[in-house]
Amino acid sequence: MLSTPDYSHFTTKDYDKIYEPCEDTFLFLDALEKDIQFLNELKPEIVVEIGPGSGLVINFLAKHLKESKKILFMATDINKDACLATQKTSIKNNNDINILNCDLLSPLFDRLQNKIDVLLFNPPYVVTESDELGSKSLPAAWTGGKDGREVMDRVFPMLNNLLSEKGVFYLVALKQNKIEDIELALSNLGFKMEILMNRKAGIENLFILKFDRKINI
Amino acid sequence: MKLITHNMLTSKILKNVVTGYPLKIHAVKAELKKADFQPDFIARMIKKIDYKTLYQAAETLGYAEGMPKTEILNEEDMNNEETLKKLHEVLLEIEVIEGDLECPETGRKFPINNGIPNMLVNEEEL
Ligand SMILES: C[S@@+](CC[C@H](N)C(=O)[O-])C[C@H]1O[C@@H](n2cnc3c(N)ncnc32)[C@H](O)[C@@H]1O
Repeated sequence: MLSTPDYSHFTTKDYDKIYEPCEDTFLFLDALEKDIQFLNELKPEIVVEIGPGSGLVINFLAKHLKESKKILFMATDINKDACLATQKTSIKNNNDINILNCDLLSPLFDRLQNKIDVLLFNPPYVVTESDELGSKSLPAAWTGGKDGREVMDRVFPMLNNLLSEKGVFYLVALKQNKIEDIELALSNLGFKMEILMNRKAGIENLFILKFDRKINI
Repeated sequence: MKLITHNMLTSKILKNVVTGYPLKIHAVKAELKKADFQPDFIARMIKKIDYKTLYQAAETLGYAEGMPKTEILNEEDMNNEETLKKLHEVLLEIEVIEGDLECPETGRKFPINNGIPNMLVNEEEL
């Protein structure tokens, strides 16, 4: 079993400001562990996470991918405290992660065209009113708007531009996000979906989805 | 913020900005942090970045000496161990801790605090 990155530097007070690692986070780590051989064989050069929160997920990959010293890791979070938290977790675990405080990948979009080999996103997926969107602090971790889809839906149309030829996209979603509908939307954009993991945790029925190109570009 | 990150940032998201690249660096505090030198990684990264922008950025910070002064690197540069070491330093070891990044077209400034650029913009700026 691959170890979880050290996050003992956080206290309950930190979780007033950043997303506390929860079932979704740990399921994401389990799925990445299950896929680790695939990821090593992919030989990624650029790995990017949107919304790292505490930084566990990207640090997990930085820690366990073979040759991770030869990979560029980047992470973007809209919550400044999540950026600082990810920085702390990186230092604690001796990893090198380049962190930006921004909305999705907006300042990177132009220069990262077809360069991302692995993109990760555990998005705010909770179904909420649309007018709850727009937070740049803790609520941004869960407010997903209509069907919990409003934030992740903004990422989908960018994938074709951002992912490299062999690029893969990992996404956390809930049953209420309408998995078949996500599959269809991404299929229309040229990607095929695989359900890497599915687990019921309390009221949440969680999915870890993986997408890659149907045909090479 | 390392210069490899700077190399990939634009302010194009701002209203009326055409390219928004490269962002001007104003460094108040910069540090040099040693990192493992991986020649093949540098050789691969150098193909993904804009060399001219890297050179200018290094020059702004006073680290350009020893870098090939050219717009695009040739094969020879990319196979030269000394050159790769220098590029390793400028791409991965120099870090801007405090300062800001300026949009070349509008002058809008994006602060860098604790080494993290704040590239957030308001609705009205989009
Ligand atoms: C469900 S949390 C996941 C945190 C962490 N990756 C984990 O698995 O524990 C979602 C994260 O996405 C961030 N986020 C939400 N909207 C974002 C956006 N538009 N751009 C960048 N990050 C965003 C939140 O601040 C939060 O850190």
